[in-house]
Amino acid sequence: MLLVPCPWCGPRDEVEFAYGGQAGIAYPADPDALSDEAWADYLFMRDNPKGPFAERWCHTSGCRRWFDLVRDTATSVFVGDGTPEVG
Amino acid sequence: MRRLDAGGAVDRGVRLRFTFDGREQEGLAGDTLASALLANGLGGAFRSPVLGRPRGVMAAGPEEPCAFVELSAPWFDLIAPATMVPLVGGLEATARGGLARLPGADRPARPSRHRHVHVETLVVGAGIAGLRAAREAAGRGDRVLVVDERSWLGGMARSTETVDGLPAWEWVEQAATELRGAAEVTVLRDAAALGVYDAGYVVVHERGGQADRLWHVRAGRVVLATGAHERPIAFAGNDRPGVMLSGAVLTYLDRFGVLPAERALVFTTNDAGYDAARALRSAGALVVAVADVRREAAAQDQARADGFEVLGGTVVAATDGRAAVDAAVVVGPDGARTRLEADLVAVSGGWNPVTQLHRAIGGGLRYAADRSCFVPDGGPAWITPAGAASGEVPAAEPCWYVPADDYAEHFVDLQRDQTVADVADALGAGLRSVEHVKRATFIGTAVDQGRASGALAAEIVNQLLGTDPGAQGPSGARPPWSPAAYHLVGGPFGGALFDPVRETPMHPSHVRRGAVFEDVGQWKRPWYFPRDGESMRDAVLRECAAVRTGVGIIDATTLGKIEVVGPDAAAFLDRMYSNAMSTLRVGRIRYGLMLGLDGMVFDDGVAMRLADDRYLVSTTTGAAARVLDRFEEWLQTEWPHLRVYCTSVTEQWAAVAVAGPRSRELLRAVGTDLDVSREALPFMAWRDGEVAGVPARLARVSFSGELAFEVHVAGWHGLGVWEALLDAGARFGVTPYGTETMHVLRAEKGFVMVGQDTDGTVTADDLGMSWIVNLRKGDFVGRRSLTRSDLVRPDRKQLVGLLPVDPGALLPDGAQLVAAEHADAHSRVPMLGHVTSSYESATLGRTFALALLAGGRDRLGETVYARAPAVGVVGGIAATVTEPIFYDPEGVRRDS
Repeated sequence: MLLVPCPWCGPRDEVEFAYGGQAGIAYPADPDALSDEAWADYLFMRDNPKGPFAERWCHTSGCRRWFDLVRDTATSVFVGDGTPEVG
Repeated sequence: MRRLDAGGAVDRGVRLRFTFDGREQEGLAGDTLASALLANGLGGAFRSPVLGRPRGVMAAGPEEPCAFVELSAPWFDLIAPATMVPLVGGLEATARGGLARLPGADRPARPSRHRHVHVETLVVGAGIAGLRAAREAAGRGDRVLVVDERSWLGGMARSTETVDGLPAWEWVEQAATELRGAAEVTVLRDAAALGVYDAGYVVVHERGGQADRLWHVRAGRVVLATGAHERPIAFAGNDRPGVMLSGAVLTYLDRFGVLPAERALVFTTNDAGYDAARALRSAGALVVAVADVRREAAAQDQARADGFEVLGGTVVAATDGRAAVDAAVVVGPDGARTRLEADLVAVSGGWNPVTQLHRAIGGGLRYAADRSCFVPDGGPAWITPAGAASGEVPAAEPCWYVPADDYAEHFVDLQRDQTVADVADALGAGLRSVEHVKRATFIGTAVDQGRASGALAAEIVNQLLGTDPGAQGPSGARPPWSPAAYHLVGGPFGGALFDPVRETPMHPSHVRRGAVFEDVGQWKRPWYFPRDGESMRDAVLRECAAVRTGVGIIDATTLGKIEVVGPDAAAFLDRMYSNAMSTLRVGRIRYGLMLGLDGMVFDDGVAMRLADDRYLVSTTTGAAARVLDRFEEWLQTEWPHLRVYCTSVTEQWAAVAVAGPRSRELLRAVGTDLDVSREALPFMAWRDGEVAGVPARLARVSFSGELAFEVHVAGWHGLGVWEALLDAGARFGVTPYGTETMHVLRAEKGFVMVGQDTDGTVTADDLGMSWIVNLRKGDFVGRRSLTRSDLVRPDRKQLVGLLPVDPGALLPDGAQLVAAEHADAHSRVPMLGHVTSSYESATLGRTFALALLAGGRDRLGETVYARAPAVGVVGGIAATVTEPIFYDPEGVRRDS
């Protein structure tokens, strides 16, 4: 079981969290402007790297805040302590 | 085999009675079951599982591959190695040849408790290296947990060794006393680390006399001081009772004061064999010879000087004997064969560091040619292998199997009865990978998980393939390290603690009225309310008729309720629902549909506008948490600028739906200060007031198609209002009804149940609900997907009604729909759709169903056939395709 570094509550057991997949996939500003292909790419396509991967987590059984973390998918080790970047 | 008069860590003053295979036996305090059996001459009392060959105790630890027992008292254990069973008075054990037998009757499981701890340092293995690491950590001020699967501390340390200038056992005693005295240190014996997982999470199984305990440990650092297991060597008859690992011979002599033999032959690849030889001689046994694979070694000269017969460059080729070893054949460097009489062959093929826990969490292995074994290499930074587990084992000459003409009795995995010949067969069939050979032969898959056989099998594969030693390592390791019963893992979390049970405030009344409940998520909801002797069918028909002709009430408390509050609440809900919520006026209610980003129906419910900046939205019972999660996700991650708060109020409100042509009458009878006339409280409006003497919110909504009201009161008034409605309605036959009746009534009206008539692949248009999708109001979740080419295909499955041609035929839920020409085909035929809801209707006096049917809206009037072979409907049931509404299509009844 992972130990997820919640930036608000500190490290907590993985069972307290929901996983939100790849981070940084913003909702398109104007969905109507996208072709079917571009919309499908937003909807369905995600990276699957071996190594560092920025992903979203939500502390559902804790502070209920969403945040981003970088995790090495080969070792399941989180990079950094989860402190959110400012700016 | 006999107990010596002195020596060992057993207490000769405390005799323990136990039974083995039904016979009374006696052992000593401090024994394991295996040592007691050896002391009583029963070391060879086992049989192999497949071939039925005699087998005996071979090891003294968890790597034991032969001596398995079932325990029936004082606790039950399906299968355990006798070497790991601490002897207690009253123990009842039965020999098992490595295959467990399921008990005929239920055996009470020992209680299992769970415990969670956090430590800076966890030490697995309390041998010298583990205790050293624990002392160091305790000295730093760490919280420390030390666990060892054996009943004693000190691991394999011999009484004759010295550690830091002290006799080893004295050193262990000192270390243990020091650790036990430290405030933040816990030392557990009989406690096996089952698995090491991410970020220092380790699960430990502590075997207590009366109860098991599962420890969930989160450690900053894990020291794996798990020791090393001695490797056997494959030679003809290496499975005969009397063939033992040399370290086991030493342990039985040194710790248990048991001499396993009178005439011993030692077969070794390393210096460890000489320790066994010396200990055997000191205990009074005759050491016939030491057969040493090595041509020369300093230890050989020393042993010769001490009067041992040492045969350099010599192997043991075979054993002989009926029930046990009585002779062995050695082959010298010149190929000469000599038969030696012996009742023990003490084998040392070298030592394998115990790396399984480490490997399972990503630790690597490196072959150490000098020691002829794999040692840990790399892995998570928070794991430190220590002592023998780190590779501190004696140098050893490689020797995996002894050459012969026939390998049918060169055993590799004794618990699976697999030999070198079986490995050769697997390679002959073309397999090359150790992993494949494992799966072809089952080597390493038995209870002992290949502790003794895994590395040996890999090296035999290497040698047979002509590759270098270590070219392939042992097959992968995974938890649990030792067998873990389900009851252990489940712990106390069975029965009522398995999952929270949610009951509404009205639950006691439902129980009193004999409701049959169904689980909806974690909620208990009344399914139907049978009267004395009434069947479910009769009860549901009666409840349905009551709502259609009189009045019924249903507990609707479980529907999810979320308050959405803030200046941007209206704008936010416009983005979450497919229809506009911002245009809803205060005091009014609107049905809404939520879509996934992919355009599929996600959930539905109604929204009440309580104030300009305040809505109360309802969700389906099962989706309440999902909807709140979704609201919060969009608010936090995409629209943090929207000033909106969402609060779950499901449990704060109890809700009763009052439905039927006499519902208005019932409300007046129970008493309300609200004007409930059609004009004052129209359909889809709500008002705050009093009902049955308590503050209430009264809403005109209908899921049955009848005139209906929902009464919302504070949770603590729920039971009282429910009972008041039943009392007040008694004179006009108010009928409590359950979820089954609710389902039938809504299906008659063609109202879909999200999750029953939809499955995540269904759009609003598929349901014939395009009217609720407002494409002009601006963007909302799922909108862009609605114009994807796949979502506008004309042949998508669409919601239709089905009327079975035989009005008494009930279509099975989930039945597949096929065309007439395929009604009774026995080959694969195109599936046109499936039945999503199917009921018998009191109102219609017949059966009916809802279904998703390809291009269904163009098939009205056609006949399709429902097939469900799994429930015995093989030939199709004919049904006519209709509009998905069977009752009051004009909707006049809800407004009556």
